[in-house]
Amino acid sequence: MKARASAGERRDRALRIALPIVVLALGLAAWELVVRIEDIPPYVLPAPGNILRTLISDWDLLSRSLLVTLITTFEGFLLAAAGGVGLAVLFNQSRLVEYSLYPYAVILQVTPIVAIAPLLLIYLPQHAAVLACAWIVAFFPVLANTTLGLNSVDRNLAALFSLYGASRGQVLWHLKLPAALPYILGGLRIAGGLSLIGAVVAEIAAGSAGAGSGLAYRIAESGYRLNIPRMFAALLLLSLAGIVIFYLLSLINYLALRRWHESALEAER
Amino acid sequence: MPPATALHSALLVALRGVGKAFPNGVHALAGLDLEVRPGEFVALLGPSGCGKSTALRIVAGLSEPTEGVVAWPQTAAPGHGENRIGFVFQDPTLMPWASVFNNVALPLKLRGMGADKAAHRVEPALDRVGLRTFSRAYPRELSGGMRMRVSIARALVTEPQLLLMDEPFAALDEITRFKLNDDLLRMWQALRTTVIFVTHSVFESVYLSSRVVVMAARPGRVFAELAVDAPYPRDQGFRTSPEYGAFCRRVSEALSRAMAAGGEP
Repeated sequence: MKARASAGERRDRALRIALPIVVLALGLAAWELVVRIEDIPPYVLPAPGNILRTLISDWDLLSRSLLVTLITTFEGFLLAAAGGVGLAVLFNQSRLVEYSLYPYAVILQVTPIVAIAPLLLIYLPQHAAVLACAWIVAFFPVLANTTLGLNSVDRNLAALFSLYGASRGQVLWHLKLPAALPYILGGLRIAGGLSLIGAVVAEIAAGSAGAGSGLAYRIAESGYRLNIPRMFAALLLLSLAGIVIFYLLSLINYLALRRWHESALEAER
Repeated sequence: MPPATALHSALLVALRGVGKAFPNGVHALAGLDLEVRPGEFVALLGPSGCGKSTALRIVAGLSEPTEGVVAWPQTAAPGHGENRIGFVFQDPTLMPWASVFNNVALPLKLRGMGADKAAHRVEPALDRVGLRTFSRAYPRELSGGMRMRVSIARALVTEPQLLLMDEPFAALDEITRFKLNDDLLRMWQALRTTVIFVTHSVFESVYLSSRVVVMAARPGRVFAELAVDAPYPRDQGFRTSPEYGAFCRRVSEALSRAMAAGGEP
């Protein structure tokens, strides 16, 4: 009975991995076939093989752009993490500061970043503007989640800290921040993907040429030049970057919480 | 060991005419009088909603009475950071992110004691509850009974004058509860501390305490006090003795009258 159940689980896991790969292979094959049979020119729709060849032949250019975008994303992410957690802690410590600033944090969040980016580019140097975009998009989930976490402290534990005369700093450091950690990490996982989006939006809005141009700029530029295979290749790299960021942050989440938090524990059998 | 009914010894803490009205208009307590002498084991027994827990939180200073006073005749009222009180909640209330050792060390750490110095206090505290070998484990790796032991070790690590316990064993199975009852009595005698123990179990209150304070509800107040003058140490022999049965019957009757007096909710 037990052996059969675990065999069933194994098959389930194998299917989970195999099926998306099969779908991908079928989709790519169909794409390649349609392009070849219909003889579609690459500036309309490049075949997957063509995109792969472009990725390899343009690797020098694309990898440099990838690096630029990744660095911007990473910087934006760090600023968002610091800003989100920092603001949440500040709001938690001072109601007045929270009342004063929270509405503006919401406004920053709900205003579409595509609309803010051109303005930022007027007032800030390009790199700073790109960073600011990444930050604006990514900091809010960190702020919101951290705020929720800081307010989710077990009431009895808080009573215990008060019984033992803990200072505000001690309550924050030994109680509120550890209790908020799962929420903070959840916010960071969202912020990772969003800071990539913010960087891409700002790069496209910036649109200026130069050696320091990121992947999104490559996409825009290739579009103007009708270099469609390179557009697809750059897009592929952006997707891969997003996936890697997501799984890296998931891994950090798991490593930080595996000893104690329900979300990171393996199911008990 | 402390005499069970040392009527003439000085009071450790006294609640005089204590009332507590919550902002929603509920009167949790009204005119509550309670005196506790050093070394006593007092059980607060009553139906749910009779304000037992509220009374305990007021003694701890976690909640302010809206009427009456809490007097500490021998000493000044325990200020913050003095660690004169230990508190055990119904849930173990451990920090899930911290090891057993760090959970027990918390009161010392909040007081600013260094880790090395704290270890000299934490290790005996863990020994006392039989969890020395689990000091590196995390709370969720322990059973419910073991978590409660950690919670008790944490409450006792500061060697408090007064240990307040709010239905600490209510969620445990009977076998574990009996074991913890015996361990608690042993620690109480070894440390010569004072205990106020909130429970809704007649049998538990009689087994543990030197005095049972029966409370009535709506509003919460003291309905009757019964001395349980059976000698300590108490063990399985006491639990099955006719004497124990007689105490339980008397306390049970008092509780029934208290519930009748409290009216239906």
